[in-house]
Amino acid sequence: MSDQVTDGSDVAPADVVPLVQLVTPTGERVHEPDNRYAARVAHLTGDDLRAMYRDMVLTRRFDDEATALQRQGELGLYAQSTGQEAAQVGPAHALAVQDMVFPSYREQGILHVRGVDPVDRLRLYRGVDHGGWDPADHNLHLYTLVIGSHVLHATGYAMGVQRDGAVGTGDPERDTAVVACFGDGATSQGDVNEALVFAAVNDAPVVFWCQNNQWAISEPTSRQSSAPLYRRGEGFGVPSVRVDGNDALACYAVMAEALERAHAGHGPTFVEAYTYRMGAHTTSDDPTRYRERAEEEYWRQRDPIDRIAALLRAEGHWDDEWAAGVEADADALGETLRAGVRALDAPPTTSMFDDVYATPHAQVDEERAWFAHYEAETAGTAQHRTEEAAR
Amino acid sequence: MSTQTMPLAKAITAGLRAALDVDDSVMLMGEDIGRLGGVFRVTDGLQKDFGEHRVVDTPLAESGIVGTAIGLAMRGYRPVCEIQFDGFVFPAYDQITTQLSRMHYRSGGRIQVPVVVRIPYGGGIGAIEHHSESPEALFAHTPGLRVVSPATPQDAYDMIRAAVASPDPVIFFEPKGRYWTKGEVDLDAPVPSLSDGGTADPLGKARVVRPGTDVTLVAYGPTVATVLSAAEALAAEGTNAEVVDLRSVSPLDVPTVADSVRRTGRCVVVHEAPTFLGSGAELAARLSEECFYSLESPVLRVGGYHAPYPVAKLEHEYLPSVDRVLDAVDRALAH
Repeated sequence: MSDQVTDGSDVAPADVVPLVQLVTPTGERVHEPDNRYAARVAHLTGDDLRAMYRDMVLTRRFDDEATALQRQGELGLYAQSTGQEAAQVGPAHALAVQDMVFPSYREQGILHVRGVDPVDRLRLYRGVDHGGWDPADHNLHLYTLVIGSHVLHATGYAMGVQRDGAVGTGDPERDTAVVACFGDGATSQGDVNEALVFAAVNDAPVVFWCQNNQWAISEPTSRQSSAPLYRRGEGFGVPSVRVDGNDALACYAVMAEALERAHAGHGPTFVEAYTYRMGAHTTSDDPTRYRERAEEEYWRQRDPIDRIAALLRAEGHWDDEWAAGVEADADALGETLRAGVRALDAPPTTSMFDDVYATPHAQVDEERAWFAHYEAETAGTAQHRTEEAAR
Repeated sequence: MSTQTMPLAKAITAGLRAALDVDDSVMLMGEDIGRLGGVFRVTDGLQKDFGEHRVVDTPLAESGIVGTAIGLAMRGYRPVCEIQFDGFVFPAYDQITTQLSRMHYRSGGRIQVPVVVRIPYGGGIGAIEHHSESPEALFAHTPGLRVVSPATPQDAYDMIRAAVASPDPVIFFEPKGRYWTKGEVDLDAPVPSLSDGGTADPLGKARVVRPGTDVTLVAYGPTVATVLSAAEALAAEGTNAEVVDLRSVSPLDVPTVADSVRRTGRCVVVHEAPTFLGSGAELAARLSEECFYSLESPVLRVGGYHAPYPVAKLEHEYLPSVDRVLDAVDRALAH
């Protein structure tokens, strides 16, 4: 563990909680006496750090562009990840290709690192798909909207990984870990607690990656827990740690350690990535109704992108020409999104009946046939009758 | 010989054993199903023969059982979950309805979740609260689930194997009051095919189990035996009842029932679940659409009342009995 940092939330305000931090908000490396986590980032080169920075910048731009598209009516809703880029890009960089991730619905940074097409990431929010990508292509499950439900799926998937003998072989291309992403609010859900039980008693290779962004819509973390969240894991017998969620390197290191434990067959880890939701819960939310500007300002000064930029500068990896290239990439991403999202049309109407079952089901088949018949019979006339009636 | 006489519960055991034998990805999960063999002994001996990784004693958490089963299915396994009693499925109701039922749909067919949830259900065993319920309509109302219930040992053996083989999730309601009813089971019967949607499909097709001409009695699971007894009593009185065993509540095999009702003109649907908004109500509505001009009387329902399942000392007044079925047939014939 590194320095002792005062908990910034109103969870036990006087409490001092151990926090893994490897880079200070102003970009200096933290001296870690036991080198436990620092050792896990020692191999990262300037190129590696620049790649993290670039992914974080592109994730932030993705957020801004998607929010703008929502304001223009092109998306029904959007959930920003602004402020949480380090807690998403950092751990995603530590993953092995075969590791499986179960995101919640705000993991824009993880989707980016795992290579999901930017336009596909917004199919759900556009209202043209309930998913948007093939989980098998990216070892990344679809977003789950019922809070915490997928944490059990991740745990079950990890139990399957165990049965496949894909842990503890020592083969870095075979040993597989599973990551369940969820937030502070989800820790109150029964499913998350049951997942911890199942993972603990089975030594399942799952990493519980909890991004405590301080707010579950309008409710502060103090409405979810009277103890620091990472201590939840301890109660289940799961090794647990709190990491500075705005420090990409610390998040990388903590995830690397948790993955190593899972890959080796030594079971689960609970990580509380302590971060901040700088934006609204979603584009439908209004944070001015429930939180103070001073708090937002406190966290703005701890912006995770500023921190990794400061580190790059401090260590001589910053290059203005390269940074301008990143900005150009972000501009190009924006153009791709604006054109691509606007081109996403509604699927065919009969697709609402597709894939309800994998095998024929009389009810669905009958209703699909009826619907097609109705559409064909009333093509144009239903609207006409409505207009007639309105006269 | 491959044909043996056995109780319905043991036919399910045999079906599970056969499924475990032929497919290494099949696994069983539930509370007390390992060394104990389940509270009804349906999994008796299976952990000993197939190991703790394939017959898993889980923590006491139903949502956890179904939720982890979904994850295991995503990884390529075919989990069969046992819920200890009908009234204990509700902690898993969220996982079943918001996750299990729609994973295939929301993934555009990319993810299959071949999970079976076995639920001993129904009353008549003198049990305490939450141990005698029939919640099948709650699951049938959810798109994406198949909801079935066997009435005979042979169907139990065939249907559990078909359920395990199904790429779709199946809620498998076991009539616990009939667990110890014996019948012949052909253990060499092939696993019924699902893909052709043919009449051999026990997860979607009803079956006429007693031909008749005067009235159609429709039942499934525990009430099939009840209506067969009623049919015998009616025969003694000169009324020739046809009995249809639905076997599946989702999908409902309306054509088979409608075909019968077009011939008999009368129909009584019998289930233990409350009649209000139940599967009998749906069937009545469908029959009024499909064979309105063949009906000689309204479709009648016999089932549970819109009250929580009563105390054991009153359950025989609550459950559809032979006498209540006969009364309904009398009312149908009076038209």
